[in-house]
Amino acid sequence: MTILLVIIIIALLGITFWQMSKIFKLSKPVNSNDTQIADNKDNQTQGKLMLAFVVFLYLFMFYSFWEYSRFYLPEAASEHGTDYDQLMFISLGLIMFVQIITQGLLHWFSYKYKGEKNKKALFYADNDKLEFIWTIIPVIVLAGLIIYGLFSWNDIMNVEETEDTLVVEIYAYQFDWRARYAGEDKTLGKANVRFIEGVNQLGLDESDPYGKDDIIVNELHLPKGRPVLFKFRSQDVLHSAYFPFFRSQMNVVPGMITQFGFTPTTTTKEMRKSEYMVDKVENINEIRKERSKELVAEGEMELDNYEFDYYLLCNKICGASHYNMQMKIVVEEEEDYNEWIKKQQTFQELTAQN
Amino acid sequence: MSVALEHNAENHAHEHHDHKQTFIEKYIFSTDHKMISKQYLITGLIMGIVGIAMSILFRLQLAWPGESFWIFDALLGKFGKDGVMDPSIYLALVTIHGTIMVFFVLTAGLSGTFSNLLIPLQIGARDMASGFMNMISYWLFFISSVIMLSSLFVESGPASAGWTVYPPLSALPQAISGSGLGMTLWLVSMTFFIASSLLGSLNYIVTVLNLRTKGMSMTRLPLTVWAFFVTAIIGVVSFPVLLSAALLLLMDRSFGTSFFLSDIYIQGEVLAYQGGSPVLYEHLFWFLGHPEVYIVLLPALGITSEVIATNARKPIFGYRAMIASILAIAFLSTVVWGHHMFVSGMNPFLGSVFTFTTLLIAIPSAVKAFNYITTLWKGNLQMNPGMLFSIGLVSTFITGGLTGIILGDSTLDINVHDTYFVVAHFHLVMGVSALYGLFAGVYHWFPKMFGRMMNKNLGYVHFWITAIGSYGVFFPMHFIGMAGLPRRYYTNTAFPYFDDLANVNVLITVFAIITAAVQLVFLYNFIYSIFYGKKATQNPWESTTLEWTTPVKHIHGNWPGELPTVYRWSYDYSKRNKDDSDYVIPGQDYIPQNVPVQDNEEETMH
Repeated sequence: MTILLVIIIIALLGITFWQMSKIFKLSKPVNSNDTQIADNKDNQTQGKLMLAFVVFLYLFMFYSFWEYSRFYLPEAASEHGTDYDQLMFISLGLIMFVQIITQGLLHWFSYKYKGEKNKKALFYADNDKLEFIWTIIPVIVLAGLIIYGLFSWNDIMNVEETEDTLVVEIYAYQFDWRARYAGEDKTLGKANVRFIEGVNQLGLDESDPYGKDDIIVNELHLPKGRPVLFKFRSQDVLHSAYFPFFRSQMNVVPGMITQFGFTPTTTTKEMRKSEYMVDKVENINEIRKERSKELVAEGEMELDNYEFDYYLLCNKICGASHYNMQMKIVVEEEEDYNEWIKKQQTFQELTAQN
Repeated sequence: MSVALEHNAENHAHEHHDHKQTFIEKYIFSTDHKMISKQYLITGLIMGIVGIAMSILFRLQLAWPGESFWIFDALLGKFGKDGVMDPSIYLALVTIHGTIMVFFVLTAGLSGTFSNLLIPLQIGARDMASGFMNMISYWLFFISSVIMLSSLFVESGPASAGWTVYPPLSALPQAISGSGLGMTLWLVSMTFFIASSLLGSLNYIVTVLNLRTKGMSMTRLPLTVWAFFVTAIIGVVSFPVLLSAALLLLMDRSFGTSFFLSDIYIQGEVLAYQGGSPVLYEHLFWFLGHPEVYIVLLPALGITSEVIATNARKPIFGYRAMIASILAIAFLSTVVWGHHMFVSGMNPFLGSVFTFTTLLIAIPSAVKAFNYITTLWKGNLQMNPGMLFSIGLVSTFITGGLTGIILGDSTLDINVHDTYFVVAHFHLVMGVSALYGLFAGVYHWFPKMFGRMMNKNLGYVHFWITAIGSYGVFFPMHFIGMAGLPRRYYTNTAFPYFDDLANVNVLITVFAIITAAVQLVFLYNFIYSIFYGKKATQNPWESTTLEWTTPVKHIHGNWPGELPTVYRWSYDYSKRNKDDSDYVIPGQDYIPQNVPVQDNEEETMH
């Protein structure tokens, strides 16, 4: 299949060049007066092409929105995410409004005022009023956006830690994630890479009593509706903890602890049942089935059926396997979460075992 | 002072008229700005071929992940065993593609070429202030290109930590194999590059300030020269900071210092580094990295201003507003670097400040875009290939610039940071736009550089396929970015969630291949026209600026006799006489800068 495509592309390129050389031969001056400077005929043709191009551009943008806007992430699964999406849609709307008008004017003028013999251009060098208008309009619009954006930014980034807040450490290394819960004392034990030894993969300080009840897992479980504060730590290089479904991201920096907080609002089960996700998963499974057929024909393994799960992924280049550094996230009701966490091993139990 | 200098240069020029230059003096170690500009252009184009070829390789991998291609087998050696691309070479290709395109093609190839060609010619100078320094500048660039290309043949692979080479990944060979010798060569190459850029920039600044011919006040300069001048200033301010970042990184790598490294456990051992911060590196890098965007873009905008005005047969609209926005962009560009670091872990308050400054920079950019559009209004547009590329530039500059409003907003950046949305944004606004500027410049000043014309019909084919292709590549990319698809992923198949994006990636790759292929038409046109193109007349585009008053055949010192004197600004296109019966010069819709003010002409403020 691929080879066929490559052959087709090469063949098409061959034809292109053959045609090009023909065009070039034809374009060779018939009379030696050809100056290679655009003449009246060129201006006409190219001006019309400008108009055709903007029509193409409009259609292409329209097609992209029609066909691809369904790729936009599902409704945010975190509290601040709704706000985020709203700001995003306002900005996108504004951008597309300006885009359509300016591209239209640019190409329409290119068509309308295409060169003609004996036409005279207007000597028009300055207009302070116009300059003022199109300075002040962006100022006002941008001021609005800045203010809106900064209020949201403050809300998102200034997390207040309350009694209810669940503190979780996200620990990154090449090429996987771990999550550490603070346990019953609600305080994470001290840690440093210099303590890493054997099963103590996250370098917890064994002399720190706060660390004893910490729980280290490789699947992140979050209770619905409870604010979570993540503390990020990396053991080797820069990583970035990207939670697209929760509209949240923070770099993970070796040598320092970074943080980000959000409140999950949709459980995994609810998200799976949402109309968006049902359609999406169905579509993906169809694609996977098609692909599986090809794979089987080539004597390879079939692809698994896909079921949606939230995930955390690495979004800062971190090495050869950067593309596959992920952790499953499960958002569930408070009681399910409590049940799950009870079953997990504490750090003390882990070290005692070995 | 400047008058004295001119006289010396003049005598000098006369003395050497008959001097026969050897081949080496003329073509290799030349101190003539016109030859140096050609050297920059050709080196830049060669680097461009390498950079674009790399992008095609990794686009193939992205469209058909893990498939076997004979071309990988042929080009990638042990990294393309059985024609399947290795993940580490994927990252190396992305890294070197970025480095080459940003620095070697769009900084040196664009600004180096046209600053060298146009500054002396358009301000009426015999040559650069220091021809020797200019020559050194080119050869440092050449050495740096050779070192960068040689790093491709290192056994452990070239640098592969992304073009931003963030430590610790770039500092530790244990973390990725490209951070071995390949990374050392990258840093050495960049050191030469920065030295070259600084020598060049200082020369441009001094030349513009001191060697303007009689009557050429700053407010009569063509906008090209303004753009090159301000670009050079930004370069002098910000490139040294990149050098310091590179040197500190080199020390961390080779001498065990801890500027950027702390608390690292890798491959089963704790490293001794303590107390450094990768965020410090990010600050230093982006202190250059962001102004760099404008170092790339301003020359392209300068070229566009000139080409649009000439071909619209109209003065550029709002000349002073254009200068003001160049200056505003230059100033703001040095205080916005933090918008690359909203989620780097720096203080959120700092993020607020950078959001504010970043969205401010949209204002002068918007003014420029509106001024271009107004310049077209009621013009008499001559659709030469250079003009088409200039209009194309305004189009991609708007499309790419608008999405900057999303990325510059710290809140919105959170979820699209480092996704394909960013890739789409910066490729349109700085990659494609600056390349269009480069092409516009080449088509427009080719007659000045080589004394021949490029074929216009091939130019049209080149433009239209490129215009459609680049939107085809980068517009859909916004949507896969908003789907949360991270950049720099070797394959997206590890996440079944992204399976439905695969078709879009195929579409993008097909557009990319077509667009890259049509650049061969340009190359063919370029090389063929150098030798066999139609002979150019002295002023083929009927332009007002001084470079078109020099003879077609290049001479040392540019003007055979005395230097021209300037009486007006460079935008007197279609200016009418007092009683509005005809143009000021009857039958000619432009007044060259060296024509004195006529009796029947109204004086403008320039």
